[in-house]
Amino acid sequence: MEELSPALNDRRGTWRVKAGLAEMLKGGVIMDVVTAEQAKIAEDAGAVAVMALERVPADIRREGGVARMSDPGLITAIIEAVTIPVMAKCRIGHFVEAQILESLGVDYIDESEVLTPADEEHHINKHAFKIPFVCGCRDLGEALRRIAEGAAMIRTKGEAGTGNVVEAVRHMRAVTGAIRKLHGAGPEELVMEAKRIGAPADLLEETARLGRLPVVNFAAGGIATPADAALMMQLGCDGIFVGSGIFKAENPSARAKAIVAATTYFDRPDILADASKSLGKAMRGLEIGAIPEEELLAGRGW
Amino acid sequence: MSAPRRRVGVLALQGDFREHLAALRACEVEGIPVRLAADLEPVDALILPGGESTTMARLMDPVLKTAIQQRSAAGMPVLGTCAGMILMARDVQGGRADQEPLQLMDIKIRRNAYGRQIDSFETEVESRAIGGSGPAVFIRAPQLIERSSHIDVLAVHGGLAVALQQGNRLALAFHPELTPDRRWHQYFLSLDGEAR
Repeated sequence: MEELSPALNDRRGTWRVKAGLAEMLKGGVIMDVVTAEQAKIAEDAGAVAVMALERVPADIRREGGVARMSDPGLITAIIEAVTIPVMAKCRIGHFVEAQILESLGVDYIDESEVLTPADEEHHINKHAFKIPFVCGCRDLGEALRRIAEGAAMIRTKGEAGTGNVVEAVRHMRAVTGAIRKLHGAGPEELVMEAKRIGAPADLLEETARLGRLPVVNFAAGGIATPADAALMMQLGCDGIFVGSGIFKAENPSARAKAIVAATTYFDRPDILADASKSLGKAMRGLEIGAIPEEELLAGRGW
Repeated sequence: MSAPRRRVGVLALQGDFREHLAALRACEVEGIPVRLAADLEPVDALILPGGESTTMARLMDPVLKTAIQQRSAAGMPVLGTCAGMILMARDVQGGRADQEPLQLMDIKIRRNAYGRQIDSFETEVESRAIGGSGPAVFIRAPQLIERSSHIDVLAVHGGLAVALQQGNRLALAFHPELTPDRRWHQYFLSLDGEAR
């Protein structure tokens, strides 16, 4: 019974296997954690995955300096602490950080604008990896460029570390609005639209045919309350990333559970009201207009 | 032979329930998302999708959980894929102490038994249930470690039982819903239901 046949023909790291894990995360919440303890709190609260990092975006923003891939020891400790998938971030264009993360056994890599970019022209060729990548976007063209490079999952950029959902809303509306406008467009119009937004024509055609992105699309960047999560779900995203919003809040465990419930019951205001009760203070939050332009993270990536 | 199944529920707390609903549409059957106990009433059968079993177990309302267990005991057909298979098991190894499965089948399961995402794979699996070989996607998949004699093995891959049946309960370690092949769903829809 236990004998392995050489004729099994098992294929690892295929597109279907990469995009498939993102399908399994849908309707779920992925939480930023900086310690194994936080990872356990996130898992207990019902997170579908955790993002292992050294500093949450709010602290990266406050402390400044170059933000890099986290210490592999920390990532390994988090991998060992939980049974749910573990993601980790590498810098835009830093394919060696990505190789290291792959060798650690992380389940997903976030090529993230939250870290300081390592290449100001190129993103990573993500097709070269066996594990899948998620990338941020502000609009449809950017989303399709990342998919062309091999991203098997997309998220909005939002403005990480602000606790302010306004940029995530802007980016999600930009993507879904642009997809709606493709409805009824002829093939020649799709080619010109692909040129205009800087997207590969074949991926734009596929998007037009499906009426949605060809991969799973999560919301990220500024989500701090159950109502924020439900707002993004009602705007059409497939799931939620919460960065600083949980562990910068007064009661992380209660807030994490509430955001998980809000992501499932996003269209039930009665359940949302119940979930939003007595959570303690949310993270303080930042007005986007008060942030100097050069400190905005969403503009990183091309 | 019972009347054709008209409405099939898909547990829609988290995971790839949209793919199961699309598979049901392709089989010309109405799929109904199930989040609360009331959603279960009109359905003739239930699918537990792929996703994170810890998340689904945490989100499952106790009233819905009891309703699923009672309907299953009364003969409602249930299909579980990957995380759904974990939810159907009597016992889960590598799970969490507070994660009580639905216990619909006499099987013991090990979570994430193939390893991490880098070990996930797609392949072909052969079974009499689908009349030959069909595509199967294994994503951080569970493995069977124990089963009672009431369990039929419908498919074996790499020496491991990956498709199991007990009466009209069907558990698959893989995801047929991520492929365009609908034969596993058709097989599930052919199973006899409860007398209602």
